[in-house]
Amino acid sequence: MTWIGRSLPRLEDPSLLKGHGTYVADHADGALHVAFARSPLAAGEILGIELPEIAPGGGQVFTAADLHGVGVIRPVLNRPDYRAVGQPALAAGRVVFPGQAVAVAVARTAAEAEDLAEQVFIDIEPQDPILTFDAALAEGARAVHPEAPENVLVEGNLKTKGFDEAVAQAAVVIELDLRSRRQSAVPMETRGGVASYDRATGRVTLVASVQMPHMLRTGLADVVGMAESDLRVIAPDVGGGFGQKMSLFPEYVVLVWLARKLRTKVAWIEDRRENFLASAHSRDQAFFVRGAFSAEGRLLALDANLKSNVGAFSCYPVTCGVEPLMAFGELPGPYVVPEYRGRSRGVTTNTCMMAPYRGVARPMLTFTMERLMEKAAKALGLDAVEIRRRNLITSFPHRSPTGVVYDEGSYLQAMEAAVAHVDVPAFRARQARARTEGRYLGLGVSVFSERTGYGTPVYAQRGMGIVPGYESVDLAMDPSGNVEVRIGSSPHGQGLKTALAQLVADEIGVVPDRVRVIAGDTDATPYGWGTFASRSMVIAGGATKFAAEAAADKLKAIAAKMMEVEVGAVVLDEGYARVPGTNKATPIPDLARAAHHQSQRFGLEAGIRTSGFYDPGGTFSNACHICEVEVDIETGGVKILRFVVVEDAGVLINPMIVDGQIAGGVAQGIGNALYEELIYDEDGNLLTTSLADYLPPTALEVPDLEILHMETISPESVTKAKGVGEGGTIGAPAAVLNAVADALAPFGVEIDEMPATPQKIRLAIRNMAIRNTRAPADV
Amino acid sequence: MKPAAFAYLAPTTLAEALEMIDRIGDDGKILAGGQSLVPAMNFRLARPGTLVDINGVAGLSGISGDSARGISIGALTRHAAFHTPPFSGPLADLLAKVVRNIAHYPIRQRGTFGGSLSHADPASEWCLVTATLGATLHIASLTGTREVAAADFFRGTFTTALQPSEILVRIDLPPLGAGWGTGFYEFSRRKGDFALAMALTALRIEGGTIREARLGVGGVADRALRLAKTEAFLVGQPAHAETFAAAAAMAQDSIDVSEDIHAGADYRRDLLGTVIRRALAEAAA
Ligand SMILES: Cc1cc2nc3c(=O)[nH]c(=O)nc-3n(C[C@H](O)[C@H](O)[C@H](O)COP(=O)(O)OP(=O)(O)OC[C@H]3O[C@@H](n4cnc5c(N)ncnc54)[C@H](O)[C@@H]3O)c2cc1C
Repeated sequence: MTWIGRSLPRLEDPSLLKGHGTYVADHADGALHVAFARSPLAAGEILGIELPEIAPGGGQVFTAADLHGVGVIRPVLNRPDYRAVGQPALAAGRVVFPGQAVAVAVARTAAEAEDLAEQVFIDIEPQDPILTFDAALAEGARAVHPEAPENVLVEGNLKTKGFDEAVAQAAVVIELDLRSRRQSAVPMETRGGVASYDRATGRVTLVASVQMPHMLRTGLADVVGMAESDLRVIAPDVGGGFGQKMSLFPEYVVLVWLARKLRTKVAWIEDRRENFLASAHSRDQAFFVRGAFSAEGRLLALDANLKSNVGAFSCYPVTCGVEPLMAFGELPGPYVVPEYRGRSRGVTTNTCMMAPYRGVARPMLTFTMERLMEKAAKALGLDAVEIRRRNLITSFPHRSPTGVVYDEGSYLQAMEAAVAHVDVPAFRARQARARTEGRYLGLGVSVFSERTGYGTPVYAQRGMGIVPGYESVDLAMDPSGNVEVRIGSSPHGQGLKTALAQLVADEIGVVPDRVRVIAGDTDATPYGWGTFASRSMVIAGGATKFAAEAAADKLKAIAAKMMEVEVGAVVLDEGYARVPGTNKATPIPDLARAAHHQSQRFGLEAGIRTSGFYDPGGTFSNACHICEVEVDIETGGVKILRFVVVEDAGVLINPMIVDGQIAGGVAQGIGNALYEELIYDEDGNLLTTSLADYLPPTALEVPDLEILHMETISPESVTKAKGVGEGGTIGAPAAVLNAVADALAPFGVEIDEMPATPQKIRLAIRNMAIRNTRAPADV
Repeated sequence: MKPAAFAYLAPTTLAEALEMIDRIGDDGKILAGGQSLVPAMNFRLARPGTLVDINGVAGLSGISGDSARGISIGALTRHAAFHTPPFSGPLADLLAKVVRNIAHYPIRQRGTFGGSLSHADPASEWCLVTATLGATLHIASLTGTREVAAADFFRGTFTTALQPSEILVRIDLPPLGAGWGTGFYEFSRRKGDFALAMALTALRIEGGTIREARLGVGGVADRALRLAKTEAFLVGQPAHAETFAAAAAMAQDSIDVSEDIHAGADYRRDLLGTVIRRALAEAAA
């Protein structure tokens, strides 16, 4: 019997569903509460900070002047074009984005801490804020940071040898000017931390809602100026992260400093307004792209000028290069791009820092490539699916013009399967009928690759000062035969503990219930990188498999001795070591007991303790999304009628969990496509600071999905599983927006921005109708 | 997101509640369903020194009457009381249709009819209903009860005729009996969001001609608006699409529409026409 491939109910769920999960706020008992006084302005010099008069026992307020010995957060990228900018824990001298923490109040309750924080008066000489890349890149623009006089923090440039010639040969050159508006990952649980000082040892324990506890510990120890071993970081149950919780934030530096300074326990639970204002933003990008095609619709060359507004700081450890350099490096997506010219800039502004958000640059680059295919097909009189057939990567390994190597995938097959499942001709008939009734249906296709599970080679190539990527796993079987797996990865809702238990169960022959996965505690797990970049199943899974194989070897050796057979004759299955073809069988708990209590019999190290390490080069999963929409042309409202996903993530360890990842990702992608937008006014006030203004889709806006699977086995993953954490978000926006564009084809309306809000859609239709008398007259 | 400090009082009779708010004056706030007030307090946009919780006050909730005679709604009646029509006829059907557009299920279990009117959000559905149908509001204070027409009650965004010493206790809606058709159309970004524009109408049509008309719009200006001029235009007109388009155009010309991040003036004016046309068409169907 195998456990891999079964939709085992998640071992995590019973406690979460019954309300027994413990999130960071559940750790705040007995703590003093912390509130931050934040800059009301986007940019300016701090002339003075007036602190409230506080009665004895009424709390305390601290500013940058109090943080003796505390350094700045300064992530490193070893590239000549990178401008390192330091982020202080509390603003000193000047503020560079609205919501930047300037002072911190500590009091008995959160309400009292807020009372104090709101009495801090920050006297700022305002500067005109620089909010957009246009403003930042304008001639003579003020420098947001003196370290980056041009307001560019990172820039990638590349031109392949045959580029000019390829463009010259093109039958048609398609131009796109696309925009993605600023968005937030909106984790259900906001950020938060509880730092406590242990008087006996002098250690500080930080319980925080984070995705990478080991990395956070390294960063904190460096910035606060303490030994890592004096700090313990725990990620308890975490209510979503999506990338927003993988950076070292100033608030955590302040919490650790406060715990040591006050020798006590302090808690900060971020509120939603702060989360919108001052955690991290993403997706504020403008892509100007030209695609040169042959008359047969083959893409000959791609010319890209990409801009990412990375905000006021560079996120630690992955840096502000994460969006612009991924956009630059992975723009070709699933397509063969023979020649390439690319320029990609990370532009600094007086806005909240950019950090990774599920998919990072790929929702936008997929939107770009998929619009490009659609427009080229139209220009060349080709079918939009046919043009993709002619350009998708079909031989592997494939090397892109930027040097990215693609392992085995099923780009073409996944698209064909999706197209067949949807029944495009039937849709076209329905679409034609609907149009005669004044209803506008559209179908949108999106094909994409998802680079997952990549180890140190990829990060090292980016020039990161801190090179993440590998994972280590420590496995032990206790004398009762239960397994503990300690991982450096840090799942926060993905169900990884269940999936890893399934892997271990197959190797060792025990039921998954007997496998406990321990994660998210720097005192209890080996150093590792946490959960992000669709990596945990591939990398932590690979390391777990190695550790479990080693444990199985040892169990077999013990069993062979006990049953007096050759090692090779033993198999582990359903709780027993058996010798097939005989009636010899020993329960695995007996082996475990013997390993610990009769160790003298075996001539082996006592116990069963193994470890695994994995640092792969990465593997691409892929998918095709097809979306059907109806656009209400009078309101601009879009309703999603159908959403099909054909996903290839290799072997599915737990198909239900994979489907859950896809569903959540698609929901966020729909939000990106149609609803979500962070808006600053001209003065730099963020206007979207609650969930009444910033609009993620709800269950009522997200359709049921039809998910189909394909299985391409890649040698790049030892578990044969590919990552699947981000695909939904990467592919959905292009599918939705292509569908909207298809619905509006009779009006000649171009969809060039996400989110495509009702207002934008309606005004575009109306303006086109006014210009173009041939469009339906009743608009 | 913790409110500033406040005191909390929980009267059990109307007399007691009125005495309390009279004594506290400006510094007090009535707490009904709390679905608007509590978020505002958490954002510290509202900082009442004292909350007077009227949820324990007897006799403030309940619905009586019917479509033919008109109905009385206690101020503390929860939105959810209208999930299924509480009586029969066009008026009840209209209220049951409208209520589904107010926020989400849990909010409708707590939010109150009177709280919505007192709060006076420009995009409140109940404000639109009362303004369009010509409701009478009963307002109590220590000196007695006064009656205010909905038209005089709403003064602007979050602003009403209520004094700090007064409690809205009851709302009377006039009859909308047999022969009336009703229509309601709302456009919002997501299900449950406040309307970017909405229109509510009741038409009495005989032999294809409109004999009586009520028409109001919400979410487009600083308060719900009853469109008396457009109503007058509709009367005597044939109940078909051309009439409705003309009515919509009239309203578009006469209203100085509001703007926000989800809808600029241009788009909102455009939507205004659409919601009016659709509501009228539904009422005539
Ligand atoms: C997410 C969300 C979405 C929403 N969407 C909508 C929507 O689409 N449409 C809509 O109409 N509403 C919506 N609401 C608001 C909701 O309907 C509220 O219930 C309503 O606005 C206020 O009613 P309440 O009983 O909760 O009043 P409270 O919040 O308790 O009070 C609101 C104000 O009215 C005063 N007040 C309350 N009752 C009285 C009274 N009897 N006499 C005098 N003053 C009084 C209070 O002092 C306070 O100033 C939404 C709310 C939320 C949280």
